Amino acid sequence: MAFKHNVRQYRGLGPFTVVFFAWLYLPIAVVIFYSFNENRLVSVWSGFSLKWYAEALSNRNLMNAVQTSLSVAAIATICATGIALMAALVLVRGRNVKYRRVSETIVNLPLLLPEIVLSVAVLILFSQVGLANGFLKLVIGHTTFCTPFAFLPIRARLQGMDSDFEDASADLYANRWTTFRRVTLPLIAPGVFAGAMLAFVISMDDFITSNMLNSGGSTTLPVYIFGLIRQGTTPELNAISTLIILVSLIVAALALFIQARGATTNTH
Amino acid sequence: MKDFRFWGLLPAHLLMMCTLIVPILIIIAVSVSTRGAYGGFEFEFSTDAYRQILFNEGWSGEMEFNPQYLFIIARTAVLAGLATLICMVLAFPVAYWITLQSAQMRTLLLFMVTLPFWVSMIVRVYAWLIILGNDGVIESALRATGLVEDMDTLLFNNGAMLVGMVYSYIPLMILPVYASIEKLDRALIEASHDLYGSRMTTLRRVILPLCWPGLGAGAILVFVPCLGTVLEPILLGGGKIMMMGNLIQMQFGGARNWPFGAAIAITLMCLVMGVLIVNGLRAMRQAQLKAESI
Repeated sequence: MAFKHNVRQYRGLGPFTVVFFAWLYLPIAVVIFYSFNENRLVSVWSGFSLKWYAEALSNRNLMNAVQTSLSVAAIATICATGIALMAALVLVRGRNVKYRRVSETIVNLPLLLPEIVLSVAVLILFSQVGLANGFLKLVIGHTTFCTPFAFLPIRARLQGMDSDFEDASADLYANRWTTFRRVTLPLIAPGVFAGAMLAFVISMDDFITSNMLNSGGSTTLPVYIFGLIRQGTTPELNAISTLIILVSLIVAALALFIQARGATTNTH
Repeated sequence: MKDFRFWGLLPAHLLMMCTLIVPILIIIAVSVSTRGAYGGFEFEFSTDAYRQILFNEGWSGEMEFNPQYLFIIARTAVLAGLATLICMVLAFPVAYWITLQSAQMRTLLLFMVTLPFWVSMIVRVYAWLIILGNDGVIESALRATGLVEDMDTLLFNNGAMLVGMVYSYIPLMILPVYASIEKLDRALIEASHDLYGSRMTTLRRVILPLCWPGLGAGAILVFVPCLGTVLEPILLGGGKIMMMGNLIQMQFGGARNWPFGAAIAITLMCLVMGVLIVNGLRAMRQAQLKAESI
């Protein structure tokens, strides 16, 4: 493709993009590279070693934090996806829904506010109600900000799908529940899955709210890592980070794969 | 089952009402309350918290103007604005180049843009900590080449926070900008060329104006989270250079001044709401202009 003949082409764009991607991936590469460093000082290379992985995997506090994060994320994801699915069905499929726009804004409210404000809101709420259970606080807080992330993909999927199938099902005397279970749900499953996945990742990743609600016994993974970082950078942190990166990449690839499959089944 | 319209929305509304709308009203109430003797607050009307943003109480009780918190607010707005601007400048050429590639390549490149976004935020900020830090990657590299013997830390300044913010939020800019360039009618670019517009003129007069909606959408997506960012100022700014996010967090943590924290949180919320409202009005006016021109 000669530069002269393609007027949409601009000089230097290619190299610029290459540099950009290098910059985007450099930090991740650096973290992974130094996780194999044998030295106690992160960036003073003294030899290859896997000892920091062994250390990380045998760290009891770390494993507790992972467990807390996973449980909070799992419960919050189920709650948020259920709530979002019901809301999306009403807001997209419902006829003559009053105040549709307002309702939609309310469901998406957590996206419109800075998270630090949300975290202050739930902190003050729990202090007023007198809820002391750290785990329950985390689950409620996470459910709130995960709901719009679950809602948006489900809504998109519902909007992109004709209601013909549902109408046909109703014509064949299926009641609403049967129609939902046998027709709607299988059709929007990729959207529901994408929403749940997004909610799960957002919950696992959350620092601001979890840190604000942090109380004994229920420290999530990001809050635990934050505590370690404050004590100084160590190769063990790099090892932990590398494991997190690995899991994130697997989850992302899986999500993309399922989304791509959903897209192809949709076009048939 | 008849009124699924009501029962279906109930959980979502109940959740947002209980955990968000009512608590925000409580925050407003707390921001005009008195600070409790042992932290927390007491419901007793006072505007001390808001006054504290502007004034400092001297030892004999006189109020003197103290702009330190105004500086923090201004720094937050300026840094968020700069981060947004840098994201725009970086994202546009990259997004443009991606649109020129084959369909398969485009999918792959967009996936690569979003991939770091899936990696935990704290890990991404930590990465910059070891790159910029004392004995960090950059410093070691410069020392190894013998260019410098001793250098000041690259961390704990506005630049470090800016790098962290741009790095954290740039995918949110690339995606809408890409979408707007993708939608662009190629015939318009060719028409401009046929009318002897140079590439630069075409960029300035045709491509950029048509991509403003995408850039605007990206700007909102980047600017709003940057205003409330917490991790970058704490870790890359060292907690000494404050932004509104970590100022609020401090008031509910160590400093234990809830009314003041609530007042700053309300200020931040108003800032964000202001941005969103201005943006909404602009979008409405544009839609109106479009409707009129047809």
